[in-house]
Amino acid sequence: MMSEAAVEEAVGAKVDSQPPVKMQGRMVCVYYGDSQALYDVNLDIRKNQVTALIGPSGCGKSTFLRCLNRMNDTIDTCQVKGSITLDGGDIYDASVDVVELRARVGMVFQKPNPFPKSIYENIAYGPRIHGLARTKSEFDEIVETSLRKAGLFEEVKDRLTSPGTGLSGGQQQRLCIARAIAVSPEVILMDEPCSALDPIATAKVEELIDELRQNFTIVIVTHSMQQAARVSQRTAMFHLGNLVEEGDTDKMFTNPDDQRTQDYITGRFG
Amino acid sequence: MIAYLFLFLIIAATIAYFIASRRAVAIAGNDARGLHSRPIYHGLNALVYTAIPAFIFILLWLLFEGSVIDMLLMSAYPGADAMTGAERDLLLSEIRQVAVGNIFREPTPEITAAVERFHSLNATANLLLGAAVVIIALAGAGLAVTSVSKRFLARHSFERSVTIFMIFASTVAILTTLGIVASLLYEAYLFFERVPVTDFLFGIRWEPQIPLREDQIAGQGAFGAIPVFVGTILISFLAMAVAVPVGILSAIYLTEYASPRFRAVVKPMLEVLAGIPTVVYGFFAVLTVAPALRQAGISIGLDVAPNSAIAAGGVMGIMLIPFISSLSDDAFAAVPQAIRDGSLAVGATKGETIRKVLLPAALPGIVGGVLLALSRAIGETMIVVMAAGLIAKMTVNPLDSVTTVTVQIVTLLIGDSEFDNPKTLAAFALGLMLFIITLFLNLIALRIVRKYRESY
Ligand SMILES: Nc1ncnc2c1ncn2[C@@H]1O[C@H](COP(=O)(O)OP(=O)(O)O)[C@@H](O)[C@H]1O
Ligand SMILES: [Mg+2]
Repeated sequence: MMSEAAVEEAVGAKVDSQPPVKMQGRMVCVYYGDSQALYDVNLDIRKNQVTALIGPSGCGKSTFLRCLNRMNDTIDTCQVKGSITLDGGDIYDASVDVVELRARVGMVFQKPNPFPKSIYENIAYGPRIHGLARTKSEFDEIVETSLRKAGLFEEVKDRLTSPGTGLSGGQQQRLCIARAIAVSPEVILMDEPCSALDPIATAKVEELIDELRQNFTIVIVTHSMQQAARVSQRTAMFHLGNLVEEGDTDKMFTNPDDQRTQDYITGRFG
Repeated sequence: MIAYLFLFLIIAATIAYFIASRRAVAIAGNDARGLHSRPIYHGLNALVYTAIPAFIFILLWLLFEGSVIDMLLMSAYPGADAMTGAERDLLLSEIRQVAVGNIFREPTPEITAAVERFHSLNATANLLLGAAVVIIALAGAGLAVTSVSKRFLARHSFERSVTIFMIFASTVAILTTLGIVASLLYEAYLFFERVPVTDFLFGIRWEPQIPLREDQIAGQGAFGAIPVFVGTILISFLAMAVAVPVGILSAIYLTEYASPRFRAVVKPMLEVLAGIPTVVYGFFAVLTVAPALRQAGISIGLDVAPNSAIAAGGVMGIMLIPFISSLSDDAFAAVPQAIRDGSLAVGATKGETIRKVLLPAALPGIVGGVLLALSRAIGETMIVVMAAGLIAKMTVNPLDSVTTVTVQIVTLLIGDSEFDNPKTLAAFALGLMLFIITLFLNLIALRIVRKYRESY
């Protein structure tokens, strides 16, 4: 006899070979003042996968992304309805501490935004706030591993004390990724992380995203179809505040169900 | 006379402007591109050539006219060679007084002759000046107008004039500062000839009213500046103790927490504080704050002097709040939103973001504001005169009355206009010290700002 859990697992494995759901949005509506930016979005973010959000600009990709770690709270006029869960718990519940949430769901922004501090302090900032390390050597270790994971360590190891703002654009963005990694989040949100970077820096960051998938769940907004195709396993297509279609990246790019997705991917609008 | 000359220059320059620009237009004909400089530059160039050299000539003339006329008057005055400088000055001023009709006693025949001579010299001078100005202006105008041609670089020429004017403008400030320093240094030197520097710097008794006669100056220690500086430091410290926390915290509240509507109302109100005359603050300190403090002191058994350092310092602190809050406010507002977002996104609270990211990033602006306020505190006079007292006491008790450098300078100079005794000259020595201290503060500020700057 199989245990109940084992049965469920076996059945689940047959029906759905996908990894478990990490974050889940149900009927998410977002308003900026009186104007609605998102309409009833239902989207699952799966564990250890890269989910790409695509769509023409102004369609609400960033808005949705910022709902996932409640960065929208910083905008006074912004209101979020519906439910968003992380490991099954509603992140908009009154009992949730937004500070803890953001430690679990990190974010990398469109424009690299390192603090005007040293490279070392940029990374150590988060761990220090959350008390993740006590001694100097523990901090050193976190800084080094974070920089290594972000593929930046070799480039900056001799100048950890020089300002993070002195790095090149691509290095700054990887520094920001390292900063996000340093607090060991479970999910990393990236809002067009390569749009301010040159092709070589972009390639490095894409490579990095692919590696990070082993340890983190990643949601990336991108306006580049090729990038979505290269780095993601799942793709969600937004249009005018609606989630048009969502599915495996391979299928989305070869055989989309929706005409709008087809048009967008082939460059007919966007 | 001078007014007429200026009027003439303005009219002449305007006419030259029109003639030159018309001429340029005429030369260009239909082919506007054939002209190197646009007609307006030919006009402006003519304007500058006409007015500026003549204007400079007038200024130079006025600078030297007086002394040249004096010299001529004296050389014709019988027996002037034998006179001392002071006698000459007296005589000259008498001649001038008589010349404008202020006759106090019957002038001697020599004086009457000199006055007549003075009048004729003046008339000649005016005639010469007028003729010279007209000639210079016309020559300038003529030069500029005749040089109008297709290839004449009128724009370059005009822009060069503008550059020279800008250089002149920027040197005015520097020269003024140098002039102030030089006069301070000179008067202070006169003081230190009478009182040893060491007595001034290290003495702990400040009783400048005592030495009335020359032979008493030797009485050591009467000009020890330490108590006065202690007073200044004490009051500045009290003022900063009020202004720095209140200023920075209100800036943080206004930029980071307040609603835009609240900010729109409160920020201008805070800045009004900077516009209140210091005399009014003085009233407030002496009529409201000091009695209240005294009352409060009595009720808890403390002896507060009627003129107390804490009343003056506290009110001065209120006065300084807007300096600090408004510069810190600008500094906070200049930190990009992206950096705040970056901090919030790693799970920092608003407070942590402010303390660990915003404050360091805004530090240069804040330090700038604090040092500006400190310079004001050190230099502030009125509030202290009214509320803190005049007697130099060697104390750091904020409840006692103290005096400050600026107050002493005022009291030393009031009533006296002879700058030949140590009492009045001491004011310049104090002024020099104050200048050196604020200069150092500024240098330190620059250092700090450069060292801790976290640029974004
Ligand atoms: N802070 C804001 N205040 C008001 N409206 C906003 C704000 N941010 C975004 N919007 C609006 O929400 C819609 C979606 O924006 P966004 O999510 O940034 O689109 P995307 O990232 O897909 O380009 C747009 O119409 C935009 O104008
Ligand atoms: Mg966007």
